[in-house]
Amino acid sequence: MTLTLAGVGYRYAGARRPSLLDVSIDLHDGIVVGLAGASESGKTTMCLVLSGLAPRTIGGQIKGHVTLNGADVDGWPMHQLSQRIGIGFQNPTTQLSQVAESVFEEVAFGPMNVALPRDEVVARTWAALVALGIDGLAERDPRRLSGGQQQLVAIAGLLALRPDHLVLDEPTAQLDPAGTRMVGDAIRRLASEGASILVAEQKTDLLADVAAEVIVLDGGRVVMQGSAAEVLGDPRLADVGVAPPAAVSLARAAAEAGVGDARLHGALHG
Amino acid sequence: MPGCTVRCMAELVVEGLVHVFPEGGVRALDGVDLRVGAGERVALVGQNGSGKTTLVRHLNGLLRPTDGRVTVDGSDAARMTVAQLAARIGLTFQDPDRQIFAGSVRAEVEFGPRNLGRSGTELASARASALEATGLDGEEKTNPYDLGGSRRKLLAIASVLAMRTPVLVLDEPTTGQDARGVERVRAIVEAVAAEGRTVIAISHDMRFVAGSFDRVVVMRAGLVVLDGSSAEVFGRAAWPALDSTYLEPPLAAVIGDRLGLGSTPTDAALIEALGSAQ
Repeated sequence: MTLTLAGVGYRYAGARRPSLLDVSIDLHDGIVVGLAGASESGKTTMCLVLSGLAPRTIGGQIKGHVTLNGADVDGWPMHQLSQRIGIGFQNPTTQLSQVAESVFEEVAFGPMNVALPRDEVVARTWAALVALGIDGLAERDPRRLSGGQQQLVAIAGLLALRPDHLVLDEPTAQLDPAGTRMVGDAIRRLASEGASILVAEQKTDLLADVAAEVIVLDGGRVVMQGSAAEVLGDPRLADVGVAPPAAVSLARAAAEAGVGDARLHGALHG
Repeated sequence: MPGCTVRCMAELVVEGLVHVFPEGGVRALDGVDLRVGAGERVALVGQNGSGKTTLVRHLNGLLRPTDGRVTVDGSDAARMTVAQLAARIGLTFQDPDRQIFAGSVRAEVEFGPRNLGRSGTELASARASALEATGLDGEEKTNPYDLGGSRRKLLAIASVLAMRTPVLVLDEPTTGQDARGVERVRAIVEAVAAEGRTVIAISHDMRFVAGSFDRVVVMRAGLVVLDGSSAEVFGRAAWPALDSTYLEPPLAAVIGDRLGLGSTPTDAALIEALGSAQ
């Protein structure tokens, strides 16, 4: 299953200028693509367009084509699209239903809403909880979990719909280092099971860890695109307001000071 | 209050501070002792839920102790009004949307200093310098909700900066900021500290912490478990304690240790140590 944007542009309702311009990408099975860029560079807009929420739910004008395995999704209604493409937001509290009394109910919310048979809902909910390693939290109140745990519950809720593609918009922004690691592990695990994942992040250390490819946006346009190592090591990254991973900036600063020797290189990659 | 004189410095003393939230009876603080001298730059780190935010909310009277006490310049904070504390301790919230309420950037930034009785050129200069430091100059007429999330966060910081309090408390100032935003926050911490004012910041970003703060206080389950310079807290001897709070030292500290160069919590410290080792 390949999710493709071909020459896609998008303008919010009432906006004078487009927030996304001529973006083309392919998301293949099992790949993690990182999306980097300064604030207001178009990352969230791209997540909304990929998931179909823009323009279906929020209005605005779209140009170009969004296709799933070559079929244009233009006429697809949201409930059909949301079973193929899941979107996760920055703040898990916006994502959680706030009505479920238990984590199990919360994760079952999506499949119940698309009217799957009861046995299927139960099976998918358990499978999603197990896939993220949070089956032990099934009976807990989702509102009384840590931020990292809540984010995993939100992602489990997406997984229970068994989408082929997952779009995550800064999933670790609110999380502490332990929560960030949990989400990173979950992304790797899901990709190894065949889902394609696009993850927008300011934390390039996380992207270096999980992404195979990285796309960089600036002013709504794709300005860099390539393997994660190539893009995250590109000196032009700072010019578009993206901090390079810690290892990259450390190696660069050491080289500039004339102390970037083989020993340092060995320690960084050892 | 141009710059800061001895008159406006504040020493904060937290003694045996306990806070139990009435709902659920959660013991968020379990006996915290902390003394922060005027002009110090202190980072508070620890897992979500370790008590960092609860602690700083006692400094400006938003929360009152269940037990123990907080003194500001020798006065018991519990006997001071919120208005008296607000003139000394400026606190930004983690979520700017819980702080911002005005219809324009200008009104938002002027609210604090107006309440402290500033007016005329004093008010104008407080506003201008706060907006410049946060890169929001030129947005005075903008509705705060037309700013993106990261700039709303900078606005929340600007509105507290404009109060020119002797103590500035920032709750996760770099969260959601891109590289330029983090750079602005760094510069604000530098500038405020250069005026002799105290900066306390809660953060999960260990590179920011090691690079911008003299002292690092680590919390776990409502207690202070480590308190020292960034070289001490991120040095090998403290790693087991850090690990128990699910924190990792910055990369430079790990590499410095691997190369036997001692504790090098920042890129600059590591590069200096590499230079002298050559």
